Amino acid sequence: MMSKPGTTPHLRINPLACHAHGVCIEALPEMIGSDPWGYPVLWENPVPGHLLAHARRAVASCPTLALQLVDSDTNPRQ
Amino acid sequence: MNRRDAYEESLTVPATVPVQVAVGGLLAGVDGRPDLTGHLLRHGELPDQSAAQLLDVVERSGLAGRGGAGFPTGRKMRAVIAAAAGGGRSVRQAGPVVVANGCEGEPASSKDKTLLVLAPHLVLDGITLAARAVGAAQTYLCLHEDDHEAIRAVQYALGERRAAGIDSARVQVTLVPHRYVASEESALVRLLNGGPALPAFTPPRPFERGVGGRATLVNNVETLAHLALIARHGPDWFRSQGAPDAPGTTLVTVTGAVAAPGVYEIPLGITGRDLLDLAGGPTGPVQAVLAGGYFGAWLPAARAMAARITPAGLTQAGAALGAGIFIAFPAGSCGLAETARVARYLAGQSAGQCGPCINGLPSLAAGLEALALRGDRRAPEHLAKIAPYVTGRGACRLPDGATRLIGSALTVFAPDVRAHLAHGPCPGAGHAPLLPIPTTATSGKAR
Repeated sequence: MMSKPGTTPHLRINPLACHAHGVCIEALPEMIGSDPWGYPVLWENPVPGHLLAHARRAVASCPTLALQLVDSDTNPRQ
Repeated sequence: MNRRDAYEESLTVPATVPVQVAVGGLLAGVDGRPDLTGHLLRHGELPDQSAAQLLDVVERSGLAGRGGAGFPTGRKMRAVIAAAAGGGRSVRQAGPVVVANGCEGEPASSKDKTLLVLAPHLVLDGITLAARAVGAAQTYLCLHEDDHEAIRAVQYALGERRAAGIDSARVQVTLVPHRYVASEESALVRLLNGGPALPAFTPPRPFERGVGGRATLVNNVETLAHLALIARHGPDWFRSQGAPDAPGTTLVTVTGAVAAPGVYEIPLGITGRDLLDLAGGPTGPVQAVLAGGYFGAWLPAARAMAARITPAGLTQAGAALGAGIFIAFPAGSCGLAETARVARYLAGQSAGQCGPCINGLPSLAAGLEALALRGDRRAPEHLAKIAPYVTGRGACRLPDGATRLIGSALTVFAPDVRAHLAHGPCPGAGHAPLLPIPTTATSGKAR
């Protein structure tokens, strides 16, 4: 799912796919931290415009495609 | 007869027999006649409503799901219909799917099993009605593979219905491995799609894209049984019992330190005190109540007694109605040691799919064990540090539930925490376990 223009993009992680490679944590430290076991912890706010390019690079660099950039109306906890 | 009298009358009923308090409820007159003839004598035949009429009746009844989440049933049905209409051509032609969830994942709960054994035809009626309401041709009834009584009751009832030729919907019984997370709705959908019975990453949720990629209505079996009575007697009849914000009756399992543990049908909105009285009253001083099972929370006894038994009432009190489980916890027992055992069980029930759950639940269990069994002074800090990294980070809500249960134990049993840290484990920590832990439980991991 790619972010469309005019929407506020969020990051989300598929916890089933994430195997704690940690690439995203290095690629986007402004928005992604680490838990005690090396799994990424996301900043819940929308991705600000100046970090969008970095966020897209982080998404693209995830070896298991677990990190996603989604529109804000996609609520994973409905 | 007022409500109070009804309770007192019910106190004479033996402990293991489910008590029906509500007039004409799910368990009305189920005295050993679960068969089709008994069912028809009690309830009469299903009326012939259209889908639109059924949806209207369900919505006006205010029926909410009885599986734990408490989502309004009418709204769920409308969401399934809308998703089915909005799908691709093949999905639209195949129509939605109905899944009846009869797997009771909570170890302390026995209300679904009791319902399936005593009134299987109400559940099957409900499946027929739900299928009619959303326009489903395909229906499933999911049961735990080791729940032999329920399986037998359902198979017998299905045979009776086939012989009598009364069913429009063909119900396919599906057996599910007995583990805590296998009956989560996305896990059932994965199983029905030929995969393992393990939670999936959502969205899309089953109502959008479920069995065979089709919009799928997953309802708890008790919810469907209520539907069978609402279709017959109407929304006003359903609303004549229960609370304005939580209409109708509900099945609850009351266990622990009460004189008559068992499954009861209660009007929603009674107090926790009424509920314990109904189950014969406490057998001694009660220090706390575990409300909502292992997906709920501990409540101090006084707060539990005063709480209204509705989803909102229990949320307000700091717990959850969940699947209607209430465990009266006696004074002198150690709530920390008991919760540590449950935490260890829940850690073992992790499907092993999500990192924070795989790592976090055993770490939380170890922390609680260190506190409860050794009085380890580093334990509170460890628990406080780990918990925020566990909650909200799994595909399903097992990590959230486990964290909430542990957090409530630390709050409600705070004096015990201090005593354990100061003097080591209390005598109660060595008592035989009170909270049920399935000994033959399937490990959470995929087989």
